[in-house]
Amino acid sequence: MIRIMHKILIKGNHAVVEGGIQAGCMAYYGYPITPQNEITAYMAKRMGEEGRVFIQSESEIAAINMVFGSSLTGARTMTSSSSPGISLKQEGISYMAGCELPGVIVNVQRGGPGLGNISGAQGDYFQSTRGGGHGDYRTIVLAPYSVQEMFDFTIKAFDLADKYRIPVILHTDGYLGQMYEPVLVKELKSDRKTKKDWILDGCKDRKPRMIRSLLMDEGELEEHNWKLNKLYDKIKMKEASCQTCFTEDAVVAIVSYGTSARICESAVNILRGKGIKACLIRPTTLWPFPEKTISTIAKKVKNFLVVEMSLGQMVEDVKLAVNGMSRVHFYGSPGGGIPETKVVVKKVKEIIK
Amino acid sequence: MREEVIIAGYGGQGILFMGSVLANSAMVEGLEVTFFPSYGAEMRGGTANGGVVISNKKIGSPIVTRPSSLIIMNELSMKRFYPMLKKKGTVIVNSSLVKEIPKSKEVKIIKIPATQFAEVLGNEKVANMIALGAYIKETGIFSLDSAIKSLHSLLIADKKVLVDINEKALKLGASDEY
Amino acid sequence: MMDKNKIYRPESLTDVQNIYCSGCGHGIIHRLVAEIIDELEIREKTIAVAPVGCAVFAYFYWNFDVTEAAHGRPPAVATGIKRILPDRVVFTYQGDGDLAAIGTAEIIHAANRGENITVVFVNNAVYGMTGGQMAPTTLIKQKTTTSPRGRNPRYSGFPIKISEALAALDGTTYIERVSVHNVKNVINAKRALKKAFKIQIEGKGFSMVEFLAMCPVGWAMSSEDSVKWIEEKMIPEYPLGVIKDA
Repeated sequence: MIRIMHKILIKGNHAVVEGGIQAGCMAYYGYPITPQNEITAYMAKRMGEEGRVFIQSESEIAAINMVFGSSLTGARTMTSSSSPGISLKQEGISYMAGCELPGVIVNVQRGGPGLGNISGAQGDYFQSTRGGGHGDYRTIVLAPYSVQEMFDFTIKAFDLADKYRIPVILHTDGYLGQMYEPVLVKELKSDRKTKKDWILDGCKDRKPRMIRSLLMDEGELEEHNWKLNKLYDKIKMKEASCQTCFTEDAVVAIVSYGTSARICESAVNILRGKGIKACLIRPTTLWPFPEKTISTIAKKVKNFLVVEMSLGQMVEDVKLAVNGMSRVHFYGSPGGGIPETKVVVKKVKEIIK
Repeated sequence: MREEVIIAGYGGQGILFMGSVLANSAMVEGLEVTFFPSYGAEMRGGTANGGVVISNKKIGSPIVTRPSSLIIMNELSMKRFYPMLKKKGTVIVNSSLVKEIPKSKEVKIIKIPATQFAEVLGNEKVANMIALGAYIKETGIFSLDSAIKSLHSLLIADKKVLVDINEKALKLGASDEY
Repeated sequence: MMDKNKIYRPESLTDVQNIYCSGCGHGIIHRLVAEIIDELEIREKTIAVAPVGCAVFAYFYWNFDVTEAAHGRPPAVATGIKRILPDRVVFTYQGDGDLAAIGTAEIIHAANRGENITVVFVNNAVYGMTGGQMAPTTLIKQKTTTSPRGRNPRYSGFPIKISEALAALDGTTYIERVSVHNVKNVINAKRALKKAFKIQIEGKGFSMVEFLAMCPVGWAMSSEDSVKWIEEKMIPEYPLGVIKDA
């Protein structure tokens, strides 16, 4: 690790680890899979140095269940994987959602379906934002687009997980994981000492507690689902966020997140240089989705271009937010490919022709 | 200012380390920088390459498709990346291993027998720093001093003993001795 | 002092009537767990992991902290708890489908890591809660809803001896197989389970007790016949005794 004053040059995957360490993550569980291996390996080193828990688990399924176990003791805990491994974790994430257990799950996405390839991709948007596992639930989904944000959002993920007692997905990709950039390591305000009056740590001086997701009594589960829904509504109200630029006078809005938003940011700058009034909307939370911002912009901007490293998944959320007020176009590069800046520029030109 | 460099060679030539020193040096000088190394299924002996983007403005796309400079350490990389080079771009080429060097008036080709020089220094592995030294001298994107500082911050703990020879290699590459 | 001749309810058991079928082994094993936890005075520092299966409602019956894991995952959940709280007593309660089929990877690796936890493994040779399907521990020729002509090893494999398999791992400390089909065996079972808990408390590593238990409904037998079936069929296949005491 390079330390030059307060700025260090690190890989996105390493930034996730440093973020986790700073957020007070007490236990990490993981299983090797490219392109997130640096997280597991670097965690082995860092957690050891900090005297915290690290286990290379026998599977991604075991890892998420170890997260389940540590979380129910009140400890901050996380796991990481890449797309195929995240599929395996869905069972555990569903149980965590049902039991209202906080935890951070990092997905350094790769191409799919199936074994796919090891390049960065954004094909897991539906899986991340629709709950992913079985049952009626959501998870908070954060979408960093730089190594700095890999660090910052990891800390934010822990804070949100504890605040709402919910699993939080850090939705990244192979490009962000493998990329080196300078990171300002800053002491962020992290609510590390959230009071947890629901944990299992032995029933000394209190009544025994149980943590479970099986609710078999008449109407019991329905009531629980409505309770979760109330929580989700609250999160939707408070936590939806996105970054926008040049929206004031825009005639075309590009919506993109993560790595593809980097490309779109370049494209918007080029377009502005040519006098074309494009703007960028970059969701930093994918769930809750910043639908209000998009809907407001859709009242004045009549053309949207959604750019994703997939066949088109977030575009559906954009369409729901735009709700027929504007035209929504799509440009995607699936299978681990990265959209080209010049193609994005060309698409915008075609749209406003 | 926006400089896009592709560094390439075969696995084991220290391509990743060269990228780290390059990117770190830019950071030392307060520039924005992104280094994206390729990662494949292969570990050793395969091709290794990476793209570094250096700018005084925020960097959008981290992917280098039209490099302004190349640092080429082996024959295969020359064939693969030379066609991507921008007009008026610069190529630093390890002439010890690359024999087919194109002639062109539109690009600047700097030949340096990096591997041979490294052998003279006593460690073939520092050919990467010799090439990087030449790159610094040719482009002046950042100072040799920043690169040396980076070496000191990158080579720590049990790797500290390697600072000296890498520093020598950087200086040799940046000198007028070839 | 407790009157030895009077039936009493251990503090570690709640005053909730369980829903187990008559003749089922779970009630006995739950009580043994509760008695031992009382005797070792660890109720306030115990965290149990209940399985998916008939014992899924264990948290209603035990008067200490209990969570519930996904099917097969209790050893991973217990690992996550114990690593954070090494001074607490953590045990899993698992059936044969949970432990020896869907959770095989989790039990083998928790055992192999020598996790300092205790496993209460209930082997009744059948899936109880889901309606009497073939379990990995189902005996050859035993009829179940998914082996209607009797388990045929040619197509369905053999009764799995997971205790012996785990005993072969360097990570395990203590493994014993017991039965709860009669008083003598219940008393012996309690001794074994108490030893297993003590091993954890002393920090000696992974301990597991396999209980052969009756499932009259799953076996389509009377309670009396179930007891005989354990004696005549199950014990010859799954011999009782200490399998490992390292």
